[in-house]
Amino acid sequence: MSVSSDHGEMSPGFFDRLRAFYRRSDAAKGYVLLSPVMLTMIALLAAPLILLTLYSFWTQVGLKVDTNVTGDRYRELYEKQAYIDIFWRSIQMSGLVTLVTVGLAYPMAYFVAFGVKKNKFIWLILLTIPFWTSYLLRAFSWKIILGYNGVINSGLISLGAIQEPLSFLLYNQTAVVITLAHAYAAFAILPIYVSLEKIDRTLLEAAADLGDGAWARFWRVTFPLSLPGVIGAAVLIFVPTTGDYVTPALVGGPTGQMIANLIQIQFLKIGDWPLGSALAISAMAGVAILVMLFATALQLAVRRIR
Amino acid sequence: MSAKPAHAPARMGDPGSGLKLFAIAYLIFIYGPVLFLPLFSFNDSIFVAFPLKSFTTKWYEQAFADEKMIGALISSLQVGGIVAVVSTVLGMFGAKAVTRYQIPGQGLITATIMLPLFIPEIILGISLLILINSVGISLSLITVTIGHIMLCTPFAMAVLSSRLHGFDRSLEEASMDLGETPWMTFWRVTFPLAAPGIVSSLLLTFIVSFDEFLLSFFLAGQEPTLPVYIWSQLRFPNKLPSVLALGALILIASCVLVVVAEWVRQLGTSEQKVGV
Repeated sequence: MSVSSDHGEMSPGFFDRLRAFYRRSDAAKGYVLLSPVMLTMIALLAAPLILLTLYSFWTQVGLKVDTNVTGDRYRELYEKQAYIDIFWRSIQMSGLVTLVTVGLAYPMAYFVAFGVKKNKFIWLILLTIPFWTSYLLRAFSWKIILGYNGVINSGLISLGAIQEPLSFLLYNQTAVVITLAHAYAAFAILPIYVSLEKIDRTLLEAAADLGDGAWARFWRVTFPLSLPGVIGAAVLIFVPTTGDYVTPALVGGPTGQMIANLIQIQFLKIGDWPLGSALAISAMAGVAILVMLFATALQLAVRRIR
Repeated sequence: MSAKPAHAPARMGDPGSGLKLFAIAYLIFIYGPVLFLPLFSFNDSIFVAFPLKSFTTKWYEQAFADEKMIGALISSLQVGGIVAVVSTVLGMFGAKAVTRYQIPGQGLITATIMLPLFIPEIILGISLLILINSVGISLSLITVTIGHIMLCTPFAMAVLSSRLHGFDRSLEEASMDLGETPWMTFWRVTFPLAAPGIVSSLLLTFIVSFDEFLLSFFLAGQEPTLPVYIWSQLRFPNKLPSVLALGALILIASCVLVVVAEWVRQLGTSEQKVGV
C-alpha cells in the first residue's frame, strides 16, 4: 500500500520524512487503510443521524420546517401513552423473537460446528438457502400459511379436521413473532457457528483431562467462548426486528403493530418529519440502552458460571 | 486443524444423535414455509389454498410478460452487484486495518463502523432520506445503492475481520522479508488466506442488498428494486401467483449461485493449506 500518489505536490524532503514516518508507524498505516471506510460511514451514517437529531428539535409547518430549536416534539411523545405502550410492546415482541431464534439456532450451529465432519459448508449453505428469497416473500409466505383461507385452514378443512377456518392464526402478535423468528434464523446461526468453530478443540481436551464431564465442558469452556457469537446473534436479531414495519403490516393486524409502523407513517403518510424523527431518536435510545444492559448482564452471568 | 484422523478419540464436543434429529426438524421449519412458493406457483388457481388444482406454468409466463417486474429484477441485480463489490472492498481495507495494526482509538472506530448493525434499518432509512432531501438529490437507484453500501459495509467488515483475526502475522512478514512488495504480499499471502472470507462477504452483502426492503422503500423513489415492486403488487390478489413464480425462480437461481460459491471456496482452500 502506497500513499505517494496522494502527496505528489509535497516537497521531496517533507515527502521522504512522511514516508519514513509512515513506514515506522503502525497507527498511520492503520488509519490510511481505515480511511475509506471511515469517510463512507461519516458521510452516510454520522451526517444523516446528526440531521435526524436536528429534525427532532424542529417543527413542521405545512410543507416547510421551522428550524427554531424546541423540545415540543419529545413532550408530545411522552404525553401520549399510546406511543409508550407501542414501544414496550415492540420491545417485548422483539425480545421474544430474539430468545426463540437464538435458542433454536444455538443447537443447530453447535451441530454443524461439532457434529458435521464433512462438507460443513454445504450444511451452512443449506441453512441459508431459504433466506436468499425475498424477505417480503418470506413474510408473505406466512400470511398465506396462517391466513383465513390460507394453507393451514384450507388444509385442515380438506382433511376434515375442522369445519370453520380458525381465525386466531393471523393478525396478532404471535403471528408476528413466528414470522420474524423464521425470517431472521440465518442471522442467528452464522455468528454462533463462527464463534463455535473458532474454539480451540485442545481446550476441550484439556478440560476433559482435568476431569470435566460433557456438561461441565460445555458450560465452562464452549458456551463462554461462544458468547461473542451469541451476543452478536442476539443483537443482529433484536435490533432489526424492533425496526421492522413489514411483518407487522402484513401479519400483525391492529394489535401486532410495532414502533416502526408509527415512524413509517409519520414519514411517508402524515409527513411530520420532526415528530417522526423524535419518535425514531427516542426508540433508538431505548433500544440501545436495553442492548447494552443485556450484553453486560450476559457477560456477568457467564463470569459467575466460570 | 491438525492431521488427526476423523475418528480420533480425543475429538471433543461431539453431539449425540438427538441433536441430529433436532437439526433435521430445524431444516423442515426453515424450508417448509419457503417451499409453498414453488408449490403454489404451479397451481392453477388464483387462490393460495388447498386442495391443489391442476398443474400450470401460466404464472411463470405472466411473470415474464410483466416488464416492470423484470425491470425491477434487473435493478436489484445491478444494485446488489455494485454493493457487494464496493462494500467488500471497503470491508477488506477496514478489516485489514483493525486486525493487522495497533491503532489508537480502535475500539471507538470499530464501534462507529459497526453502528449500522446496531441501529434499526428504518432509522437508517429515514435519516438518509432527510440527508438526500437536504442535499437536494432526487431519489433513484443511485440513492438506493448508496444506502445499501452503508448498510452492507459493516457486514463485510465483520465477516472479513473474523476471517483475518488470529491470522499468523509472521506469514506476511516472511513474505516481505523474502523481498515481496506489499502489493504482492497481499495477493500471494493475505488474499488467498482471506479468500473464503471474501467470497462469503460478497455473497452476504449481495444477499443483504438484494433482499433489502426496509431501506429501499424510503430511498427508491420512482425506480423500484424487486422487493419494493413486489410490495406494491401485494395489494393486488390477482398478481400473487406470478409473484410466487418469481420467488421460486429466485430460489433456484440462488442455489446455482451458492454452488458456484462453494466451488470457488474449494479452489481457495485446496491450494492453500496455510493457517486453516
